[in-house]
Amino acid sequence: MPKLQPAVGQHGVLPKDGLANLLRTLRQDGYTVMGPTVERDVIVLQPVSSTEQLARGLRDQQQPGVYRLKPADPDLFFQYVVGPHGPKRYLFPPIQQLFALHVRQGDFAFDAGPPQPPKLAFVGLRPCELAAMASMDRVFAGQSRCESDVYYLQARQQMFIVAVNCTHPAGTCFCASMNTGPQAREGFDLALTEMRGAFLVRVGSARGAQVAASLELQAPTAAEIELAELKLDQAREHMGRKLDRDEARHLLEQNIEHPHWDEVAKRCLACGNCTMVCPTCFCSSVSDANDLTGGGVSRTRLWESCYTHQFSYTTAGPVRSTIRARYRHWLRHKLCTMWDQFGVSGCVGCGRCITWCPVGIDLTQEIVALRGGSPIQPAELSPNVESEV
Amino acid sequence: MTVSALPSRPQPFCGLDTMMPLPARILSVREENFNTRTFQLEIIEPDIRRAYRWQPGQFNMLYVPGVGEAAISISSDSEQPQLLEHTIRVVGSVTRAITRMGEGGVVGLRGPFGCGWPIELLRGRDVVIVGGGIGLAPLRPVVYHVLRHRQHFRRVVLLYGCRTPADRLYAHELAQWTAGGSIDVLVTVDNATPGWVGPVGVVMKLLQRIKVNADRTSVLVCGPRILNRVAAWQFLQSHVPPEQVYVSLERNMHCGFGRCGHCQYGPKFVCKDGPVFRFSDIADIFAKEEV
Repeated sequence: MPKLQPAVGQHGVLPKDGLANLLRTLRQDGYTVMGPTVERDVIVLQPVSSTEQLARGLRDQQQPGVYRLKPADPDLFFQYVVGPHGPKRYLFPPIQQLFALHVRQGDFAFDAGPPQPPKLAFVGLRPCELAAMASMDRVFAGQSRCESDVYYLQARQQMFIVAVNCTHPAGTCFCASMNTGPQAREGFDLALTEMRGAFLVRVGSARGAQVAASLELQAPTAAEIELAELKLDQAREHMGRKLDRDEARHLLEQNIEHPHWDEVAKRCLACGNCTMVCPTCFCSSVSDANDLTGGGVSRTRLWESCYTHQFSYTTAGPVRSTIRARYRHWLRHKLCTMWDQFGVSGCVGCGRCITWCPVGIDLTQEIVALRGGSPIQPAELSPNVESEV
Repeated sequence: MTVSALPSRPQPFCGLDTMMPLPARILSVREENFNTRTFQLEIIEPDIRRAYRWQPGQFNMLYVPGVGEAAISISSDSEQPQLLEHTIRVVGSVTRAITRMGEGGVVGLRGPFGCGWPIELLRGRDVVIVGGGIGLAPLRPVVYHVLRHRQHFRRVVLLYGCRTPADRLYAHELAQWTAGGSIDVLVTVDNATPGWVGPVGVVMKLLQRIKVNADRTSVLVCGPRILNRVAAWQFLQSHVPPEQVYVSLERNMHCGFGRCGHCQYGPKFVCKDGPVFRFSDIADIFAKEEV
């Protein structure tokens, strides 16, 4: 039988044990392969060298302030969705040295510049992640090279993406209403839809077609393509939450002053968890570390959260001294002002900020409250999909 | 009424990365008052020094290794771009470290950043410049520009207020600026000391002393927040259109080009879209608290 070589936009079927083949091919092409693994009872993205390391046979239960992994069908890999990690932390590292220098004879002597970006292949990125990276691409590409993040752009350009369509959305997911999922439409090299015994593979780029050609793909039957569609339709119906992004933007534009901000402030701890798990939060601070011998200085960029006092500190004090103002700033940035700043949404419907909020603040419900509606009681929200096609 | 777009800003200079500072030597230090000094800097690398251009109202990030960076506006003459002056008041660790350094010291410099005063749009107009305290520093390049091209402007008035007569910035220059009637300089102080015969009180009390032709006046304001607010409101009440009122704002800044997020002001980045804003562009958030 001749080897199937699907072109961009075409499909092939990869038997389940072919996933190892894919990982091997990517490694041979010089990529460090990153995939979803389990660490401390959470799905995180880490370097993987074999499919044995990938999380498998697990489902995630996600609700406001709740994340649990539970045993599920042992044959299936991707029955969970996003954990707290996204690819952001590898393109825009939480701690990154900008340079190291020492002062010598009235001049700066640079000992180190920015590090070289890695060549990464991600296996298992979800459609919401792809949408988030599309937003981040706009943030990190400035008007000129001097206003661009060279590390991010280079890492992004050389990364290979094997996306996975979401057939098991979590209770905090709302990508369907944000038009970012559960099916990957663009921004991937290969996209997988997991079925029993095989993956339906869709080719998204020329690089993806090259890799696909080296895999033992079979021609898909019409029934297989239809089954994948059916699974995604079912996922759309089982989204735990929804948000109308145009309405949210409008409400936040109109309601800088609204009594509901005081109500949220009573619950918000200003811990910054939502900013740490958000795939589009890009704020950072810079900090110097001195060599105690007095010789050198290392300057580092660190993720920063707009929930801290020092974030907006000026000599006149912090601009946003109240939690009310800090939550408002964050929510407005996500759903409203990032449109003005970069022409993109700061929210992709991944639901992480809801899951990882220690008090379970749910932005979709805060928007309902701003609209003047009464928030839905948690019990009424759809739980995780338990059925299996 | 149509308003032409704000002029484009000179892009920052960068080597390997925009976050890496260019070393610059402190050529001279002049004491302005008890906690404020003007530092003349020279970028050490000759090619960059020659190519370096900036516009009045733009700022640099000044860096002291091991201490940190601070956003400081450029206070000298933009038509002598190699002679870079920064007027620095000691308010925190970086400004203190620079002040301790003195002549011959080396600081890091990144910039120029931001959108400055709309000099080109002021041609043929009356210009009222309002400064409070250290806020005169980013306005000084405007004064230099006016003095160089006096014929391009109609009446030009500088209203300046500070705490005491001894706190006046550029005290030796204020008299020169007004010499020959080229611009009117009105200075007021919060607290008079013996020998002071000028006005006493807040800056905006000086507005009573000038006549504002609302249809041909542009206003440039830089001061503490309360002055920015009061000045903007009072000129609007005097029927100066909101498109002709410009305010320079201050926020926490780390990167200088709209990446680190600290200086967000509603949908704006003060470092990139400002620090000088046209009032009409921020009217919806100007008086909102903690935006």
